[in-house]
Amino acid sequence: MSKTAPEAEKASPLSGFSVAVATVAVVAFAVWLAQISLSAYLGTLLALLFINVALAVSLNLTNGLSGLFSLGHPAFMTIGGYSAAILTYPERRKSVMLPDLPEFLATNEVALFPAVLAAGLIAIVVAIVVGFPVLRLRGHYLAVATLGLIVIVQNLATNWSGITRGGSGLSGIPRLTTIWWAFGLMVLVIAVTWRVKFSSLGRAMMATRENPLAAECAGVSTFRVRMVAFVLGAFFAAIAGALLVHLISVITPKTYSVLLAFNLVVMVVIGGTGSISGAVIIAAGLTVLSETLRPMEESLGLYGMSQVIVALSLILILFFRPQGLFGSGEPIFIRRFFSGRFLG
Amino acid sequence: MSQYVFQQLVNGLALGSLYALVAIGFSMIYGIVRLINFAHGDLVMIGAFSALAMVALGVPWPLTLLFVVVVGAVAGMTIETVVFRTMRGAPQATGFIATLAVSIAIQNSALMILTGQPRNFLFPAAMRQRIPIGTVSASLTDIVIIGLTIVLIAVLFLIVYRTRLGTAMRATAENLTAARLMGVAVNRTILAAFAIGSALAAVAGLLWGGKFGQIDPLLGFVPGLKAFVACVIGGVGSIGGAMLGGYILGLAEVLFVGLLPPVFAGYRDTFVFSLLILILLIKPSGLFVRHVEDRA
Repeated sequence: MSKTAPEAEKASPLSGFSVAVATVAVVAFAVWLAQISLSAYLGTLLALLFINVALAVSLNLTNGLSGLFSLGHPAFMTIGGYSAAILTYPERRKSVMLPDLPEFLATNEVALFPAVLAAGLIAIVVAIVVGFPVLRLRGHYLAVATLGLIVIVQNLATNWSGITRGGSGLSGIPRLTTIWWAFGLMVLVIAVTWRVKFSSLGRAMMATRENPLAAECAGVSTFRVRMVAFVLGAFFAAIAGALLVHLISVITPKTYSVLLAFNLVVMVVIGGTGSISGAVIIAAGLTVLSETLRPMEESLGLYGMSQVIVALSLILILFFRPQGLFGSGEPIFIRRFFSGRFLG
Repeated sequence: MSQYVFQQLVNGLALGSLYALVAIGFSMIYGIVRLINFAHGDLVMIGAFSALAMVALGVPWPLTLLFVVVVGAVAGMTIETVVFRTMRGAPQATGFIATLAVSIAIQNSALMILTGQPRNFLFPAAMRQRIPIGTVSASLTDIVIIGLTIVLIAVLFLIVYRTRLGTAMRATAENLTAARLMGVAVNRTILAAFAIGSALAAVAGLLWGGKFGQIDPLLGFVPGLKAFVACVIGGVGSIGGAMLGGYILGLAEVLFVGLLPPVFAGYRDTFVFSLLILILLIKPSGLFVRHVEDRA
């Protein structure tokens, strides 16, 4: 265990915090350069990449650190997406598209930030309610229960047409998500996850992952720790879902499906369960890969090909390197870098 | 009994038969390798499409049924040899991520080859007529589904409880290492369990297509998940429990839709999966099993 313990206590020329701020500033500058030089399509792709990284890292918080096998991310993304979309939807179009909305929703039009925040809070409430029965389950029972949650949420979104406009979904959602929103979310999620991982809470999470009984004996409330991980993951998932619908400007009950849950799991597993750096690298790589393969799929008429490739490569990785790219730790140079000791 | 209530009951039994067929295989496999096979539902889809191919070639129905059984068994054995055997002894999470990957690979290969367009799947016209039973009537399709399922389940019980293979299966499920020490050819037994369970799922696919009239590459997802619910109701790992669970789920679903006002009809899946979460919370070992490993 001592290998992955925080090592920031040693004297260092720079504090970890200032290194992190400097890194963010440098990356932000690169994003700014990219934004002014790239086409609108590549700009959107970059925003999508940031959101995917945020999703993978937030799932890593739930699945990687705490060892819960949740597939529920798309459920929370759907909840977040619909909540935020209904809040930001232009008031004059609401009367046409959603004539049955309750009064207080129908006459209001909210800015993106409060809408996204509301989406996150709603997801927290749902996660707590669902977490009580579901988090008592272990391993694949939890996986199937959260798959069930996806089906329930999709089913409700399809049938609760007064709020969601049913199966045809909401289109014409204002495109409010800029690349900076996506970038901000990514930085926020990585920062929070990093802080959690190298804190007593994170240690408690990993302890419940490795051996719940031993963790209980050492005074860790397994249920509480799991709940915190689940709720945090749901909060970030909802925010990411909300930002994503304001990027692609439409949401239907099927926008966030089980396939998405699978792809997020792939990112976490290949990156190394619990490894933040791994999740970041693989999420970015996979996004780029699937976008490059898409034109090929279309020209060959073989829809689904890239997904088959992803699934088969996951199986191969599970055969030959089940611990993933970085295992559950962070590579040594990254930890050195962020503890400010890269100079000496 | 009024025609309406009778029709609902037959409907529920037919649906329950399909769930039972899928759930039994699911449960057999879980009972032996202690791994949820996410790809099990996709065998339903494979069964449906192989039946469709045979029908398109003009093969008579009994031969089609035989073909579907063979295709299902071969597909199941392939999955076992390639994925499960390689993963044996790996941590549980690794194992079921692998089966999830297999499921996604099968679904998307099917999408790639067959496109997502739903296809019509029709039983011959004779199958769609209604058979009068006293004052009421039922469709022949439903009767065939219920009857064939009963026959298949009877055969399965004979295999499991009256043959050497069945004894070996039960021994392996009880304790894999001990069974191996007693001279059971464990790998061959597991292979047989996969073949039988997958063949049942493939037959369920053929019947599913006949009952609902349309099939598509993602058809297997919902039956796969519902088979799991059925297993949970009856106690995961128990064959009898899975069968009962399937029938209970089918009847409950049909009654939920049939007896409540029509506005609730769309919320059927919400009902099923809320039921799953409820049972896992209150009686995680299932309604009929006294004690198995704990799941919390």
